[in-house]
Amino acid sequence: MNELVAVLIMFAGAGVVVALLLALSQWLGPKASNPVKGEPFECGNIPIATTNHRIPVKFYTVAVLFVLFDIEIVFLFPWAVVFQKLGLAGLVSMTFFLAVLVLGLVYAWRKGALQWD
Amino acid sequence: MIDFGTGSGGLLAVAPILTLAVTGFLVIVLELFLRKHTNLAVIGVTLAGLAAAGAYSVMLWDQALSAFGDLVIADNFSILVTFILLVSAVLSTLLTFNRYEKSYLLFPEFCAIVLFAMVGMLLMITSRHLLVIFLGLETLSISLYVLAGLKRTEARSLEAGFKYFLLGAFASAFLLYGIAFLFGATGSLDLQAIAAVIQGSTVPHQPLITLGALLILVGLGFKVAVFPFHPWAPDVYQGAPTPVAAFMSTASKAAAFAVILRVLWSATDATASDLATILAVVAVVTMTIGNVTALVQKNIKRMLAYSSVAHAGYILVGVASWNAAGAASVVFYLLAYTFMNCGAFAVVAYLGDQQGEHLKLDDFRGLAFRLPWLALAMAVFMFALAGLPPTAGFVAKFYLLAAAVKAGYVPVVILAVLNSVVSLYYYLGVVVLMFMKKEQTRLELDSSYLVGSSVVLAAIGALALGLFPSRIIEFCERVMSHVL
Repeated sequence: MNELVAVLIMFAGAGVVVALLLALSQWLGPKASNPVKGEPFECGNIPIATTNHRIPVKFYTVAVLFVLFDIEIVFLFPWAVVFQKLGLAGLVSMTFFLAVLVLGLVYAWRKGALQWD
Repeated sequence: MIDFGTGSGGLLAVAPILTLAVTGFLVIVLELFLRKHTNLAVIGVTLAGLAAAGAYSVMLWDQALSAFGDLVIADNFSILVTFILLVSAVLSTLLTFNRYEKSYLLFPEFCAIVLFAMVGMLLMITSRHLLVIFLGLETLSISLYVLAGLKRTEARSLEAGFKYFLLGAFASAFLLYGIAFLFGATGSLDLQAIAAVIQGSTVPHQPLITLGALLILVGLGFKVAVFPFHPWAPDVYQGAPTPVAAFMSTASKAAAFAVILRVLWSATDATASDLATILAVVAVVTMTIGNVTALVQKNIKRMLAYSSVAHAGYILVGVASWNAAGAASVVFYLLAYTFMNCGAFAVVAYLGDQQGEHLKLDDFRGLAFRLPWLALAMAVFMFALAGLPPTAGFVAKFYLLAAAVKAGYVPVVILAVLNSVVSLYYYLGVVVLMFMKKEQTRLELDSSYLVGSSVVLAAIGALALGLFPSRIIEFCERVMSHVL
């Protein structure tokens, strides 16, 4: 119980410090506001276009495929470390897992997920 | 034989799960490499896979084999629920095979994802380890998110998928939070070990355990759409393709209720009485909200969604009654509900054609004069959902409420009966429209025999369970008395 009280005090202390710092900078900090400060580039460059336009999201399919192989690596590393102990069962399991992943890639490929245009 | 470090059963204990997973992969391969008759091959392989999973489940009966260090235990209860899930999967797969549905629904993908959802549900119900249950639930949920948004060209379907995804992810977080609390309180994730810890402790009411169980109930209550976690149901059922709505409203409900039973039965009497009171209140509110809102619906799928919320309330009464009879009646109700609800959705799917899905209640006007058999089947399903004899719905509701009376929930039972009376209005409203009104709209029907066979199978199930229920109920009771 004592440890928990210490944690609570720690939380409260952290909160007080954060609130104090924010409040102090709000009260004491110099305030000068003019239109130039609201510009996107304070150095004086004039923005040539709004940032609010459509961008192609084609690479999201690539990103999804990337996650697929990222996960594969995450599982492959620990498997490789204990490969000797797992024996044939480990090899069979991992082959099955990889086959499933490859099937996923083949599916995405045939469906044209890797086509950029 | 290669040793996979599994338990007494080796891989046989997970044979149904593996079969379904491999069938799912096979469906994808077929879709990729078969040029002709893809859809026929796909539905053949899917049904064969479901049948094989059923056959393996029969083999596993009475053996209680375990696998992966007792993470998965195929006991009789899980096998019983497996059969309910298989029924739902077969019925909803059959009714996808509609010429109209095929044109916009990615049929092979539908079958593959349904199979993967089945894998998740089987994992959920065969495990007693909370993390494996969570894993299964996520496999199920992710599959259902995709299924709900499968009609990619329709905004409503996408909305359904996205809505279900956002709320479902939130509910999963609650479930995980509850699991964390239980782990913190008992130091274990295995339900039997948790039960042992709770029973061994001298403190009768442990707030952490009650809180954990409640949070788990929130996560699962979302899946079965009980108050106050039901508002997603009408939007998702309406927007999702009809076969998906049939599958979601029956299979995922059955799996989630099975897990609820398993989780709750590992609690002790003291915690149980706390929880049971909450469950009984939630049950009454759920069925009332479902039934009252269903009264004013104009869209058949929305109406069925609210009716499914109401049925979740009825089933929750059986869960709350906390005895073997209650648990058995819950399982029987889930089976009956699978037949009658899949059937109702099958009729809706049958009416769909190129012009539209004919989802308004007015589209049922005068149906009996054009398609007498279809109207008759729909009437059977409506009678069953309303709980009128001689259908499965009546027997199921009767046993459920009898168990609740035995447990002393007389006020709850009275409210449930009153709710049934309210529900008669909108269920019989459909029947009145079909049989007693003049035809208004002309339907250009284009449905396949497979959709029709789904309707017929569901109707046979809904009637057979109502006419000859005693053996199946005894069977459920025997299974549940051994499990609990």
